[in-house]
Amino acid sequence: MNIIDRMIGRKKSASSAKERLQLVLIHDRTDLTPAELEALKDDLIETISRHVEIDSAAVRISVAQDGRSQRLVADIPLRSATRRRFR
Amino acid sequence: MTAKVLTIASGKGGVGKTTAVANIGVALAARGHKVICVDSDIGLRNLDVVMGLENRIVYDLVDVVEGRCRLRQAMIRDKRVPELYLIPAAQTRDKSAVSPSDMIHLCNELRPECDWVLIDSPAGIERGFHNAIAGADKIIVMTNPEMSAVRDADRVIGLVEAEEKGTPVLVINRLNSAMVKRGEMISVEDVLDLLAIKLLGIVPEDENVLVASNKGVPLALDGKSKAGLAFQNIARRLLGEEVPFLDLESQGLWQRLLGRK
Repeated sequence: MNIIDRMIGRKKSASSAKERLQLVLIHDRTDLTPAELEALKDDLIETISRHVEIDSAAVRISVAQDGRSQRLVADIPLRSATRRRFR
Repeated sequence: MTAKVLTIASGKGGVGKTTAVANIGVALAARGHKVICVDSDIGLRNLDVVMGLENRIVYDLVDVVEGRCRLRQAMIRDKRVPELYLIPAAQTRDKSAVSPSDMIHLCNELRPECDWVLIDSPAGIERGFHNAIAGADKIIVMTNPEMSAVRDADRVIGLVEAEEKGTPVLVINRLNSAMVKRGEMISVEDVLDLLAIKLLGIVPEDENVLVASNKGVPLALDGKSKAGLAFQNIARRLLGEEVPFLDLESQGLWQRLLGRK
């Protein structure tokens, strides 16, 4: 991408191709659809909530690429004990 | 002699597998190696026309497998280089005429005969593809800097790994450096990022490829064209030489290659 494109924020087709491919390949490699990932997230929230209080609306789950292998990354914020006391 | 058996696969059709087999074969043979090219695309044979040997076919791969001829009778010699041979595919049969175990057997018979066996895989990931990789020591995956070709290459890499054939090496064909510079074609660096395998070669888009196949004279025979030179460089790398990649790639590739295992 040249400087002018960058300044006016115009995205070239090669970078959209790369971004689209990254997503497509993750799903091809893991055989995990976005819907299945959502279901997995709900199950995770339910299981973890049984042990510790979490901020379920802020849970993020994604598949990251690490070379040719995939990694399931979950970011699960815990509710702090102090905040809980004042509720 | 104990040949190394290489299979060129891609998943997607039309990315340049047949051209690559013909040209790498010619380039290796021109360096004094004995090479046997095998067209495993049964029913859709094409390596014969790209090599310009279509008028000399008597026996084919299926004749060998079914015992109608001896191996050497099906090997057509390309007289333009010292030791280059083609075993053509059958045209009137289909992929089910050959099994993966037939191909393993064939490769074992070919190994003592030469230095290199190059197998041209059919497109797709079905029987023909499994036949093509069954007897191989190493797989070369070919792709174009284009979405569907890269996606299919990734599938093929996954299948090769699943069959415990090792991690393939990559050839990127039809790179248009002007388009990469304009940001309208995914760069070599991007493709390597996505597929995460080792690079064997980069072949630029070159009109001479079509001209050469019109004539039935593989480009690497003269080596003056950009694509011909790229195929010669691939052959040299296969022979263990350290050959720098042609100056076509986007910025940052060098750092990336030097940093890679």
